[in-house]
Amino acid sequence: MLIQRLSLGLLTLFVVSVIIFLAVGMLPGDAAQAMLGQAATEETVAALRARMGLDQPAPVRYFHWLMGILQGDFGQSIANGREISELIGGRFANTIFLAVFAAVISVPLALLLGILAALYRNSIYDRTVNVVTLSSISTPEFFVAYILILFISVQWGLFPSLANVGPTTPFLERLDKTFLPALTLTLVVVAHMMRMTRAAIINLLASPYIEMANLKGISKRKIITHHALPNAWAPIINVIVLNLAYLIVGVVVVEVVFVYPGLGQLLVDSVQRRDLPVVQACCLIFAATYVLLNLTADILSILTNPRLLHPK
Amino acid sequence: MSKLTRLEQELRAGRLSRRDFLQAATVLGFGAVAPTILSRPTFAAPNKGGKFTAGIGHGSTTDSLDPGTYENDFTIGTSFARFNFLTEIDANDELIGELAESWEASPDAKVWTFKLRSGIEFHNGQTMTAQDVVNSFNHHRGEESTSAAKPIVAPISDITTDGDNVVIFTLEDGNADFPFLVSDYHIPIIPTKDGALDWASGIGTGPYVMQSYEPGVRMTFTRNPNYWKEGRAHFDETEMIVIADVAARTNALNTGEIDLMDRCDIKTLHLLQRNQNVVVEEISGNGHYTIPMRTKLAPFDDNNIRMALKFALDREALLETVLSGHGAVGNDHPIGRGQRYFASELEQRTYDPDQAKYYLKQAGLDTIEVDLSTSDAAFAGAVDAAQLYKEHAAAAGITINVRREPADGYWSDVWNNDNRGWCFSYWGGRPTEDWMFATAYAEGAEWNESDWSNARFNELMTMARSELDEAKRREMYVEMQTICSNDCGSVVPLFNNYIHATTTKVAHEENMSSNWANDGHRYFERWWFA
Amino acid sequence: MNEPGNSAPSTDSVPPPPRPSSSALAVAGRELWRAPFSAKVGLLIIATYIFVALFAPVIAPYGESEIVGPQFDVWSEDHPLGTDHLGRDMLSRLIYGARNTVGIALLTTLFAFLLGGTCGILAATLGGWMDQLLSRTVDVLMAIPALIFAMLLLTIFGTSIINLILIIGVLDATRVFRIARAVSLNVVVMDFIESARLRGEGLAWITMREVLPNIMPPLVAEFGLRFCFVFLTISALSFLGLGIQPPTADWGSMVRDTSTLITYGDITPLLPAAAIAILTIGVNFVVDWFLHKTSGLKDEH
Repeated sequence: MLIQRLSLGLLTLFVVSVIIFLAVGMLPGDAAQAMLGQAATEETVAALRARMGLDQPAPVRYFHWLMGILQGDFGQSIANGREISELIGGRFANTIFLAVFAAVISVPLALLLGILAALYRNSIYDRTVNVVTLSSISTPEFFVAYILILFISVQWGLFPSLANVGPTTPFLERLDKTFLPALTLTLVVVAHMMRMTRAAIINLLASPYIEMANLKGISKRKIITHHALPNAWAPIINVIVLNLAYLIVGVVVVEVVFVYPGLGQLLVDSVQRRDLPVVQACCLIFAATYVLLNLTADILSILTNPRLLHPK
Repeated sequence: MSKLTRLEQELRAGRLSRRDFLQAATVLGFGAVAPTILSRPTFAAPNKGGKFTAGIGHGSTTDSLDPGTYENDFTIGTSFARFNFLTEIDANDELIGELAESWEASPDAKVWTFKLRSGIEFHNGQTMTAQDVVNSFNHHRGEESTSAAKPIVAPISDITTDGDNVVIFTLEDGNADFPFLVSDYHIPIIPTKDGALDWASGIGTGPYVMQSYEPGVRMTFTRNPNYWKEGRAHFDETEMIVIADVAARTNALNTGEIDLMDRCDIKTLHLLQRNQNVVVEEISGNGHYTIPMRTKLAPFDDNNIRMALKFALDREALLETVLSGHGAVGNDHPIGRGQRYFASELEQRTYDPDQAKYYLKQAGLDTIEVDLSTSDAAFAGAVDAAQLYKEHAAAAGITINVRREPADGYWSDVWNNDNRGWCFSYWGGRPTEDWMFATAYAEGAEWNESDWSNARFNELMTMARSELDEAKRREMYVEMQTICSNDCGSVVPLFNNYIHATTTKVAHEENMSSNWANDGHRYFERWWFA
Repeated sequence: MNEPGNSAPSTDSVPPPPRPSSSALAVAGRELWRAPFSAKVGLLIIATYIFVALFAPVIAPYGESEIVGPQFDVWSEDHPLGTDHLGRDMLSRLIYGARNTVGIALLTTLFAFLLGGTCGILAATLGGWMDQLLSRTVDVLMAIPALIFAMLLLTIFGTSIINLILIIGVLDATRVFRIARAVSLNVVVMDFIESARLRGEGLAWITMREVLPNIMPPLVAEFGLRFCFVFLTISALSFLGLGIQPPTADWGSMVRDTSTLITYGDITPLLPAAAIAILTIGVNFVVDWFLHKTSGLKDEH
């Protein structure tokens, strides 16, 4: 089962790489033109193409790239000749750092808010949390970021507005610098997870076994924590994992606003420069992250299923 | 800016009262800037020390250290921070020698002999020689070259040395502006290692030594302890950060995390100027917008149509809307007001629908419908500009269909080829008239974006290039600007100002270069903390 | 650009299919009357937006892209909400924005649900290679970062509004597909489906009459959030320069265009942002009410 899922995952990665290769190939212009921009002359473009190996036919280039990957070699950036593994390494670590930071704040917060909302559903608390979280996810994230910067950074001077960490930034300073981006991301993802938690629990409250517990006179709080929540884990985990994937894959806008050197910015720049090997490498990392997280979600869903945990 | 700076000097010298200064500045169109100049205290001798951080809007993770690839404000800035060049455009926009102590030309301006300063060391202690200069230039030359500076060095037929301190350039044709060309940011003097040009180490002879570099993120520097220039490089440490988002740049300046931001948001500039801790500075440079028509394609092959379109645009309105007034209107030629041979006697073309109709009649038409391709890739606001043009031209019976093109690939698929008859474009400006004309208006030039050819113009260009007599030269360039204005395929509606902002503790000399943004990108070398 | 989840709680208990009513209108009216306050507010908001969107040219004081004053003019009688960065009337832009933004978001979401929902139900009902083919395709599409994929496709095909709707729609459809398939799988194993199959009912009949009514609640819940994610996707794309092109007024781009003002404490960009937020809240209030009604949970006070 696991082997099957993993090999399916590898197949997915392969297809993704083919799609990205074709898509980048279909973009107008190529790396040589993109690099020279307005300064391109026919002669220099041709010379640059030859140097970049772009004069070879597409399938040949893809095959070379694939062979490299299979040997664990991501190759070099065609824009600046740097080793891709070197280019990506630090940035990927940054991306993960920010994702973990945001998740550490947002996941417990979302669960807590969601459980409380289910417990006191239709109360003023429930309504308020609902409106606040809905407003926060319906606001574009760059705008959430601007508002946070305006108050927390410019007016109150509590945290810096630039999160431009470097490889040598010490841990505490890193936390300080990435606090605002993490908070922005928290506001963006918390609503989705919180609403799911609430919905999944409420959905179960109509089941016969909860009715039974109700009739037995068990307190509402206990019903939710002991009876509803364990059965609600599957959909909650699913949505948490999807949001984690988002925290890793989808944060390019936050990276731009806070000048955070993550993988998203590199990917966007590389697409604009038609730097295919870098685009491929980034997309593969993102795709692999997605596949792995999904696999984790499935495994966790099985592990948290009371019917599987406590066989009759 | 030169007039303004002259005013400023007079103000400081006490020859001008504060009110007179403000009035004069407003007449010149610098009303918005004047108060900031007044608020900047005058300083005595520059202070040493401190860490200066610049937040630069353009820079990419795909940048390389190879000087032949420099094209954005970040890489250009790092070039001026780390390197020296043969010549320099100084803060008064005068050409002075940098690594070259002096130079002289043969009477036909074909052979140029540069005498180098002696005893100048690279950051690694290696002494700079004439051979390093030759290698640095050869990096951009030859068949294999992929350098963006190739068009600049292409006319050089031979480079030789005479001892360790003399370099001799032989050109295919005479060029009186050659010393200007070698100040270009693509051609720094770089050391040679094992017979090859060592650009990968980032080492030069310049004011700051590169300490770390993450492309698209930052470069950090420390002061070059052996820097040979007197009274330059005042900061102990400097850092250049890429901050692509203008709001993020503004915030970082407001919080003091950076000391300089470039490319201020002109739409909210009046709000930024209210901040007591920030100084906004404008430099009117030679950067300009163009709207080139392909002169070999119908209907633009008829000059009457071109003239009709040139009269059908309200430049003043465009200046107000697209640049919020932070610039100057253009006169359908690419020479800026601050340049040596600017044709001030040439009448400014204005919005005149009747003239436009007249030229349409001359072409035998009452109305005409044309496509205009645009994208914000050409310049920020190009799409808005096209919409405005459409509305202005309608009054002259001209229907403009605005075609929005994808930003990606704009320069390769839309601009400068016959796929489109008419589109928007931007030029960073060149320090010399010849350089600008030869790049974009000469017959057969690679970037002749309107595919224009005019025999008299081309003849004048060759003559003026090797003319060493100033008065004669000026006459020729004025005639060229006139021809350009009345015949060429490009509408040149606007010249944009370079606008940057610093914290109030940043100080610099009275003047700033206008050849590029941010004091010719030499802020690390020239500025200091008060 | 938020990642969607299975907004659908796995439906362990499936409510019986609704019986057709003799006077649906009367029932609807009664339901509406009995609806909780929040749902009424939600309905009112939606009705207002639809009204504004439909009659934008009548209501708006100025044209959509007409330049009527100086840039960033203050609030005045002539321009109740001031003007934007080009001197266009902010109120008029907001009103036209309703038409464009809501229209585009609605079309995109409907397209996504039509495509994703149909494929999801088909995959669940048919199973076998069809299911495999569709599921694996969706896996691949979802594994590619959505924003980047949208960027690539928009650059290749151009940023027209049709392309925007189709591309975001297809990418969103993958998320809808997963939910539709997951909840349909729970339904298709039910006895009543089996008996319908044995009765010899066709695939279309089973899907329309048996499966669809039973998977509506989770799909509707997802619709509420998806709808607002479309705004966000468009505004994120316009942040990267690929969204709806000017001079078309849409709220996401309007936030983007004026966003630097917030740096100076000016609340102008909050207006389009609030327009999006209020609509999202309204839609989700109605969705909550619908979920509550179909969940079979009795009101407890």
